[in-house]
Amino acid sequence: MIRIGDAPAVRRVLIGTALVLTALFLLLPLVAIFAQALMSGLDVYWQNLSDQYTLAAIGLTLLVTLATVPINLVFGVFLAWLVTRFDFPGRRLLQTLIDIPFAVSPVVAGLVYLLLYGRNGWLGGWLDAHDIQIMFAWPGIVLATIFVTCPFVARELIPLMQAQGAREEEAAVTLGASGWTIFRRVTLPKIRHALFYGVILTNARAVGEFGAVSVVAGAIRGETNTLPLQVEQLYQDYNTVGAFTSASLLALLALLALLTLAAKAALEWRAARRENAS
Amino acid sequence: MIANAFAIGRQRRVLPGFGLSLGISLTFVSLILLLPLTSLVGQLSQLSWSQYWFLINDPRLLASYAVTLLGAGVAALFNAAFGLLMAWVLVRYDFPGKRLVDALMDLPFALPTAVAGVTLATLYSNNGWVGRLLEPLGISVAYTWVGIALAMAFTSIPFVVRTVQPVLEDLPAEVDEAAVTLGARDGHAFRRVILPHLWPALVTGTGLAFVRSLGEFGAVIFIAGGKPYETEITSLMIFVKLQEYDYAGASAVASIVLATSLILLLAINLWQGRFIKRLHGGRP
Repeated sequence: MIRIGDAPAVRRVLIGTALVLTALFLLLPLVAIFAQALMSGLDVYWQNLSDQYTLAAIGLTLLVTLATVPINLVFGVFLAWLVTRFDFPGRRLLQTLIDIPFAVSPVVAGLVYLLLYGRNGWLGGWLDAHDIQIMFAWPGIVLATIFVTCPFVARELIPLMQAQGAREEEAAVTLGASGWTIFRRVTLPKIRHALFYGVILTNARAVGEFGAVSVVAGAIRGETNTLPLQVEQLYQDYNTVGAFTSASLLALLALLALLTLAAKAALEWRAARRENAS
Repeated sequence: MIANAFAIGRQRRVLPGFGLSLGISLTFVSLILLLPLTSLVGQLSQLSWSQYWFLINDPRLLASYAVTLLGAGVAALFNAAFGLLMAWVLVRYDFPGKRLVDALMDLPFALPTAVAGVTLATLYSNNGWVGRLLEPLGISVAYTWVGIALAMAFTSIPFVVRTVQPVLEDLPAEVDEAAVTLGARDGHAFRRVILPHLWPALVTGTGLAFVRSLGEFGAVIFIAGGKPYETEITSLMIFVKLQEYDYAGASAVASIVLATSLILLLAINLWQGRFIKRLHGGRP
């Protein structure tokens, strides 16, 4: 079969251009991170990694991620169920609302939380009187991260669940299945992949959020520095190797996420081919 | 409205979980999204119109709008071309390392923006790996609008690739077979036969890349350098005002940023809806 762009010359030029651009724009930065981190040798790398502020930043980043991802997972699933399985007034509005964090600059996200919970904010006085600190402490970082990452799971699930329709779930209801059983046995197997992808994206953004967190964290070394803030602070201190050591950890996590997705895609592709063959 | 919604849910719905999912969703949206956004409105309502106008009309801010729009525009155009090329190559051809290249396309979403920012700033500074090669040619990327556009382009790479790729995959082979057998040359056939199918996805992806670039912060500030009137992006202006405890000024600028992104997002959604309607013969 003849298809557009199948001539060997066209093919070679297009693949060549694509590979060169990918190497320049994506691969080179990735390589540079590790090269800069290891510039002064492995010993210095380990030393930088076991620095007490870096360790504290790793701990805080883990805490924030562990608090954020489950909350957004549960919310994303319920929201997707709500807007794809029921028709009610305000459904469209709700869908547009959850796109806000996706569209808005992370600095604005940080700002609105500062206006609400900060010392001069609406709830600031009350929080102060009760000695509860949200801004410039870990609860503020968690809240800002939840805000920034809340659309990802829902955005992956909604188009898929809309396309799949509710017929199978409705059949399950007529057979007398309970809500939880329907979700676990009928819906979950159909949305597994999208859910997984959504969680990976949420996780990546939660680990790496910078703009919103830098507004609400106040960057107190050893206390409110997450890993991305640590990268910034070391970089501003002209400690390039130190900055890239922390950056290399984040890059490793990013690579891990990409490999997981690629491995999953490969498995699915193989399974699909086996199904077609049989 | 909520009570009404409940009534409708009870009347017509077979599936369970309406009340629970509505409750959880509304609680979450109110606490996490609406309450903080109301505080922005509250802050703004303390300003008179002339104060507001004065705050958003500062010449240094106007320069930041210009450089942000310029950077985001260039980044979106670059990504339209690069994304289309990558989607085409990944769908239509087979070559060694294809899976790896495909996986790399998601890197800008997975890599924290601050990491992308310090890396690009290091690579393109005058003694960096790339900057060193460009300097003799008289091209400086770091601390100019070109660097801003570059960083914005990097963080928004996945948008066009990932919106065009599935559409191209679903395009039946007969579409180009017909064009080729009728004797059309490649370039012509692509423009007249393939591109019309990809157009909606391409515009949506480019639009999303543009919106994302307008708001990008972490990846841009390091390579931009933040010279007043030259390389200060609007997000950075908000950040600087916050550090000076100028909450009113920061809120005024934030309202402009928020309104712009929302209008663009709404426009993209409407455009997408219109196309889907047309494809399904007038039914939504």
